[in-house]
Parts: sequence; structure tokens; C-alpha cells
Amino acid sequence: MINRYDNLIIEFFCRIIAAPVFLFGVYIVFHGEASPGGGFQGGVILGAGFIMLAIAYGMDFTLQRIREKMILFLSCIGVFIYGGIGAACLLWRGNFLDYGKLPLPVDHVNAIRGLGIMGIEIGVGLTVMGVMISIYYDLIDPGGIQPELSSSEGEE
Amino acid sequence: MKPLKLLGLITVIVTAFFLLYGVNDMPNWGDSMAPASVHVSPYYIQRSQADTNAPNFVSAVLADYRGFDTLFETTVIFCAGMACLMLLRKEEDDD
Amino acid sequence: MEFIVGKFNYWIYIIMMMIGFYAMIAKRNLVKKVIGMNIFQTAIILFYVSIGTKKGATIPILEAAHHTVVPPESIEVAKYINPLPHVLMLTAIVVGVSVTGVALALIILIYRRYHTVEEDEILRQLS
Repeated sequence: MINRYDNLIIEFFCRIIAAPVFLFGVYIVFHGEASPGGGFQGGVILGAGFIMLAIAYGMDFTLQRIREKMILFLSCIGVFIYGGIGAACLLWRGNFLDYGKLPLPVDHVNAIRGLGIMGIEIGVGLTVMGVMISIYYDLIDPGGIQPELSSSEGEE
Repeated sequence: MKPLKLLGLITVIVTAFFLLYGVNDMPNWGDSMAPASVHVSPYYIQRSQADTNAPNFVSAVLADYRGFDTLFETTVIFCAGMACLMLLRKEEDDD
Repeated sequence: MEFIVGKFNYWIYIIMMMIGFYAMIAKRNLVKKVIGMNIFQTAIILFYVSIGTKKGATIPILEAAHHTVVPPESIEVAKYINPLPHVLMLTAIVVGVSVTGVALALIILIYRRYHTVEEDEILRQLS
């Protein structure tokens, strides 16, 4: 059984630094087209923020903040945002994923492609965040291991 | 040393020898005339900002010029998450 | 001498690849095999990224172009490194994370069934 790591310094520090980590992750996702970053990188940082809270406080604490069904819902929504923006370009007589044909109110005709890039990076970031948290939650589940077997494994 | 580990070590050394023999034809470190940087990469570097209004060439290539690859990339990581979920989550009893 | 100094990065990556390869085929613990696979894949990613470097060039982001439009003819190609290997290796990193996640999930299931992660003990229990 994997318990929380009972240390005052780690709990205090993780509580303080969790909010800047999430802010930094959102910053990296949204500034993907002008500075190093993008969807995958920002999604991993957002997922790592939740994993850090889970290591410091235990998985139950983190599941009170973001429910299991919401994690799966976010990862599905990310793929739908990406495919949805691509399919929306079909409605305005463009090709699939041809962002130039969307009727967004910007002056420069190629700035629409910049906004399309930002939209799909948001979708990618949500999916990657959901999958990182979901894989971590699956791997630390104690499952069907009997307690006396795990304690004898620790003695060896 | 156990015989299987010795066989593994010999395989690794033979593979390393063949790979080092093939390194002769690779371009030097920092060569700007390397074949990877000559054919389609100058087009991406010069035309990215004009076509997509994004200063980052990597994001523009990943999300605009090669957006189809990134769509199925996202699907791959989604499938990995679903595979872990199907392998490891217990069913809830409806009692 | 040119072979060692001019191409020293390939020597490093081949050594890393062979370390990962040896770990995958010669270790008996399943978790060590997964770690060897990760080392191998990291070496491959570094190998591809290092092909695209240019001497004296900067990162592949256009300078001073945030809200202005830069004409394409005034961009020197030799000033920015090749962005294509970085793009392809983003995909490779994501694939590596997925494979590692599913491999660790399978190792957990094997442990629940056989109560060991050593390969020879599993083979002994199977036969």
C-alpha cells in the first residue's frame, strides 16, 4: 500500500508551489507559437503538477480536487477539440485542418492560421494532462496484492 | 560470467562495431550543408512566419504543415491511457 | 583523427545505444529491461536532434517577429537550426511515454499473477 509521504517540509513546499506550476503550464500551452513550448510540453507540466500534489498529500486528496471521471472526460475532450477544429474547416469549404477558411474576425488573413494553431495546442494539452494523471492513478493502485505478501516482499 | 550474458555482450560489441563502421558516411557535427538541412527545411524556415503568423518554426510545422501527424499522435497517447485503464482498473460491483 | 573528433557525438550515442541494448537483452529483471528500452530510445532521440545543428546558429524561433510580419527573403537560413528533427522527435518522445506506461502496467499484472518479476522464476512457474 503506497501511503502519503509524511513530511512537513514537503507538504508545505508543495502547497506553495502548486499554483505557480499550474500557471506556468497554462502559460507554456498558450505561448506555444511565439516561444518554446506547445501542447505536449504544457500538458506534461500540468499533469506533473497534479502528480506532485498526489505524492505529497496522497491520491485521495488529489481526487477530491479533480474527480476520476473528469480526468477521463478531459482527455476525450482534447481529442474532440482537435478533430472538431479540423472538421469545422470542412464546413467552410476548405480541406480538413485547413485553418485559413475559418471566418474569424482578424485583420491579417494568415492570422487565422495562428489562432487555429493555438486552438489545437489547447486540445493536445488537455489530452496529455488527462493521460498523465490517469496513467499515474492506474499504476499506484494497490489492486489485488495481499498486505502480508507485500510486507514479506519488503523484508527480502 | 553466465553463458547467456556473455553471448549478449558479444552481440552488443559486434553491433557497436557495425554501427561505428557506418558512422564514416554521416555528416560532421554542426555541418550546415548536411543533407537533412538542405531540401525542405529552408522552405519551412523562410515561409513559416509569412504563412502562419507564428514565429516558432517547430510549432508551425507541427500544427500547421504536418497537422495530420499530430492528430494521430494525440490519438496514440489517448489509446495508451485507455490501455492502462483497461488493464488495471477494477470493476465496481453494483450491489 | 577526423573520425574521432569530427564525429564525436555519434560515438556517444552509439555507446548509449549499446548500454540500453545490453540492458534489454542480458538483464533478467523485467523492470531493468524496461529501463534499458528507455535508455535506447533516449539515445535515438538525441541522435536525430543532433543531426540538425548548424555551427553558430540559434534556436528555431524567429527573432523580433512577435507582432510584425518579416518578409521571407530577409531571413538567413544558416542562422537558425533545422526545425524538422525537433518536430519528429516530439512524436517519438510521446510514443516512448506511451510504451513505457503500458509496459509498466503489464509488469504490475505479471507481478499480481506470479508474485515475482524475475524472468527465470516466471519461466520456471510456467513450465
